[in-house]
Amino acid sequence: MTGNLHQIVEALLFACDHPLSPREINDLLPDYSIQDIRGALDELALEYRDMGRSFSLKEVASGYQFRTKPDFAPYILRMYKASPTRLSGAALETLAIIAYKQPILRQEIEILRGVDVGGILRALLERGLIRIVGRKNLPGRPFVYGTTKKFLEVFDLTDLNSLPKLREIKDLVSDGEAPITTLQVPTGAADATEKQIPNRTTPQGPKD
Amino acid sequence: MSYEVKLEIFEGPMDLLLHLIRKNEVDIFDIPIATITDQYLAYMDMMKALNMDLAGDFLLMAATLMHIKSKMLLPDIGDQEEEEDPRLEITRPLLEYMQIKELAHDLSEREVLGRDVFSRMPSEELSTLAKGENAPVEANLFQLIDAFKRIIDQRLPEAQLRFRLEEWSINEKIEQIAAMLKEKQTMYFQELFPRTMDLSELVVTFLALLELVHRGAVKIFQADLESDILLNAIPDKRRSLEP
Repeated sequence: MTGNLHQIVEALLFACDHPLSPREINDLLPDYSIQDIRGALDELALEYRDMGRSFSLKEVASGYQFRTKPDFAPYILRMYKASPTRLSGAALETLAIIAYKQPILRQEIEILRGVDVGGILRALLERGLIRIVGRKNLPGRPFVYGTTKKFLEVFDLTDLNSLPKLREIKDLVSDGEAPITTLQVPTGAADATEKQIPNRTTPQGPKD
Repeated sequence: MSYEVKLEIFEGPMDLLLHLIRKNEVDIFDIPIATITDQYLAYMDMMKALNMDLAGDFLLMAATLMHIKSKMLLPDIGDQEEEEDPRLEITRPLLEYMQIKELAHDLSEREVLGRDVFSRMPSEELSTLAKGENAPVEANLFQLIDAFKRIIDQRLPEAQLRFRLEEWSINEKIEQIAAMLKEKQTMYFQELFPRTMDLSELVVTFLALLELVHRGAVKIFQADLESDILLNAIPDKRRSLEP
């Protein structure tokens, strides 16, 4: 076999149908160190960026993948005679909840969204964006949901830590002179304790 | 003939409430609960008049609002320790909901694969995508039930009473359908129900198909309500067709 590491890695990336992680490449090329492979990947990414091509080498879901730039989406869709992948607002909201609060129960999602999410969960499962990560030790042993690697791939995320940060409440409310301190709204990303989800059905009135 | 309208923007009670708060330009931390409740109820009446499907969630929220409203009307006795503003019951979830909407927006602003950016795809996926405009739309349970009903309806007039020793179990049928699909990859719904099949076998076959769909081993597609339903074996290796 010939070629330098740089080219070998490039060839692998070119032919691969999923984001290729340094670890996977290392398994294929045991003669090279993972540091060398990481270095080659970084170099390649920079090269493609500087070349001004219509695609770039992007880091997604802990791997690297060639992706076209957004400017060319209309042409590619024309080629496939397809309309762009769309998720409804409801589906996106549900997905956002799961992404930030996983592992999470269906009931907890419903409390946050105020509507039944059964159909949406099924659709998201079918699209492989979420998965059932287990069951909770509660009556009925309900499913616990989390996001998948495909979710990271689709939304151009390296890992869950690279999710957009939760915005502070005061930034959401235009006139921010509100007594935010009295409100216990979770602000930490990916926080999954159910205690933080206020239960809408039990009024927290004083007469109890 | 009646129509059902789905108003996407008020997909749930939270959406409606948020809309009312924004429309009235009121402070979320000082919601005029009487006004908002009245408007909320008026909107619910409108939805009923439009014959829109009013989910129980809307009623639950209405009850919560009215509960808060009544609490606000009660005179403040003032002897108890610092009472919480009853409106917090609604403010808290609303704020969380706003955060979620914001997050959903952030997600949709990203360079989404299949919308903004494209990667090289395995040829299999390419070919399904390349089918393009004629690509069948995923069907739902009701379409499947409709299709089954049509089969039963078509068959009944010439139904004969006959007895067969063969009894099918759902599991056997599942295996049979799975084997057929494994070979053909795609087949029409009707192919599963030959005219000679008796009623009990029809039913077992249908139940077996439902189970396969439920397991995620089969996907059902229908281009439009009139056309034939297509069954697709899911190529995913992790979900094998084996029972």
